[in-house]
Amino acid sequence: MTDPISSVSHLDLEESKHTFLDANELVINMGPQHPATHGVLRVILRLDGEKVMGLECVIGYLHRGVEKIAEHRTYTMFNPYVDRMDYVAAVSNGLGYCEAVEKLLNIEAPPRANYIRVILTELNRIASHQLWLGTHALDIGAMTPLFYTFRDREEILKIFEKYCGARLTTHAFRIGGCQYETYEGFEKDVKKFLAFVAPKIDEYEELLTTNRIWVERTKNVGNISAKDCIALGVTGPVLRASGVKWDVRKAQPYAAYKQFDFEIPTGQNGDTYDRYLVRMAEMRQSLRIIQQAVHGIPEGPIMAKVSKVLKPPVGEIYHSIEAPKGELGYFIVSDGSTQPYRVRVRPPSFVNLQALDLMCRGQLVADVIAVIGTLDIVLGEVDR
Amino acid sequence: MAEETKSPQPPSNEELAKAANPAGSGTPDPSSPGAPQPAIPAEKPPAAAAPAKPAAPAKPAGPVPQPWDSPLVAKLKRQYGSGLEAWTYLNQNYLQVDRSLIPTVLQLLRDEDQFDYCVDVTAVHYPKRERQFDVIWMLYSFAHNERMRVKTQLADGEHIPSVASLWATANWLEREVFDMFGIQFDGHPDLKRILLPDGWKGYPLRKDYGIIQQDQEWVQINLGIESGQ
Repeated sequence: MTDPISSVSHLDLEESKHTFLDANELVINMGPQHPATHGVLRVILRLDGEKVMGLECVIGYLHRGVEKIAEHRTYTMFNPYVDRMDYVAAVSNGLGYCEAVEKLLNIEAPPRANYIRVILTELNRIASHQLWLGTHALDIGAMTPLFYTFRDREEILKIFEKYCGARLTTHAFRIGGCQYETYEGFEKDVKKFLAFVAPKIDEYEELLTTNRIWVERTKNVGNISAKDCIALGVTGPVLRASGVKWDVRKAQPYAAYKQFDFEIPTGQNGDTYDRYLVRMAEMRQSLRIIQQAVHGIPEGPIMAKVSKVLKPPVGEIYHSIEAPKGELGYFIVSDGSTQPYRVRVRPPSFVNLQALDLMCRGQLVADVIAVIGTLDIVLGEVDR
Repeated sequence: MAEETKSPQPPSNEELAKAANPAGSGTPDPSSPGAPQPAIPAEKPPAAAAPAKPAAPAKPAGPVPQPWDSPLVAKLKRQYGSGLEAWTYLNQNYLQVDRSLIPTVLQLLRDEDQFDYCVDVTAVHYPKRERQFDVIWMLYSFAHNERMRVKTQLADGEHIPSVASLWATANWLEREVFDMFGIQFDGHPDLKRILLPDGWKGYPLRKDYGIIQQDQEWVQINLGIESGQ
């Protein structure tokens, strides 16, 4: 019971009351209206001079009761709501929900639909990482990457817009497959994008990877060990940067991921710099997946045989996918009617945010900004 | 729903067909509201056909949970006997555990069976049942790449031991369950509301809490408006 996790656990907020020179501890409120909290996150910091002794997150400012709404909508009607949780990765949210309901109905999307799903989801992962990189770098003081990433993210949003009419809250998939067949020239657009963005990712790296200021601000900042990650349920790039080679796409493949060849990038130190490298490598892996998918996209139907009124049999299901932020899970309970009895969303941002306290302890107050950025949270998903 | 019914065909095809066949030229278009009779018999027969009838009553039953057998379950059953049932549904395993056994079973699963990652803690409300709540722990083992759920039933007002000391992640997850369902977790380091404001009254994810219901008093005092609706 004396494992290191419990000794460093962020749960014991009362420890270390003594400050340097016995000065008074300073409690500072940050947010909820603060540009670097990426939304409406309030953080109460306990400081000793510039050193963070501990912090507490206050969340819920964006709570819309998504899980309650689900109980009052049919399975199909609830589908667009999930896009509004992690709104920078709406495609992933939709994929998780549709697949969970499909499992409950015991149906499978046809292969062509699965390929379209993979292409769009991976494009969305790149878009999400680009947005993360731009804003994260901006927080730390590098303004240029923001313009570069937003310029290139636009190309992905254009593909989404041409495919389903929406750029952000896409609602791209339906339960049982995809609503839309790919538009004429879709494959050409995607291939063009692949060729366009690969050198751009190198460009971002040129700006940052060996940039002295960037390295100083991120190396050994916000360290978290693999053991702590697992105890705190942290998943996604944060877990992988701590050296755990785990990705739902590989561990328990869904959609068509089994058919593609890709690697899981990992880091060693679990610091902000490693998480940056992991996400950069992930973008390249996503390109690899899209490359394979777009060349091997099979012909065939895009919707499985689904009745107009969905009535899954009584039962419950948990299904999770690898969203850009980590493991995104849906737990759905059906009572045999047209509306879900209960939908529980297991949001990666919410769970990952819990690690903020542990990661910031002992760091400087300026590093809190870097750590919030590196966790890549979206408050719409934290608060739901 | 209206969207869904039209969905299988890409809209462009329909439009092309419409353009090719001006209204009234003979070919019925099932999706247009004005389409007369011919469309209906064309769609009806497969649904009304005799073989569909016997299949229909069987369908609602769906797949049923099967008993789940594994060395792990056998071991647990040897130790705890009747307090525990193991099922598998749609290839997902879960344990139905007596409330009193929860702390020991969860501890055992973490320490001996390497379920080191607590994915989620959540609850479901069944107001008609005597023991109204299901509390569910979702566990994952990195070593075995295996998922399972542990479920228990809880009466309203009954407490349940916190697992925040086993999995630190349970801290916020239990707070959310408390916030939404009012379930008390004993031994939780800081059990208070997480998504709703501290002074809020009522637990929104209980089935008797209306979808537009709010804590009007809180809204009036804190927001200075008559109603949040």
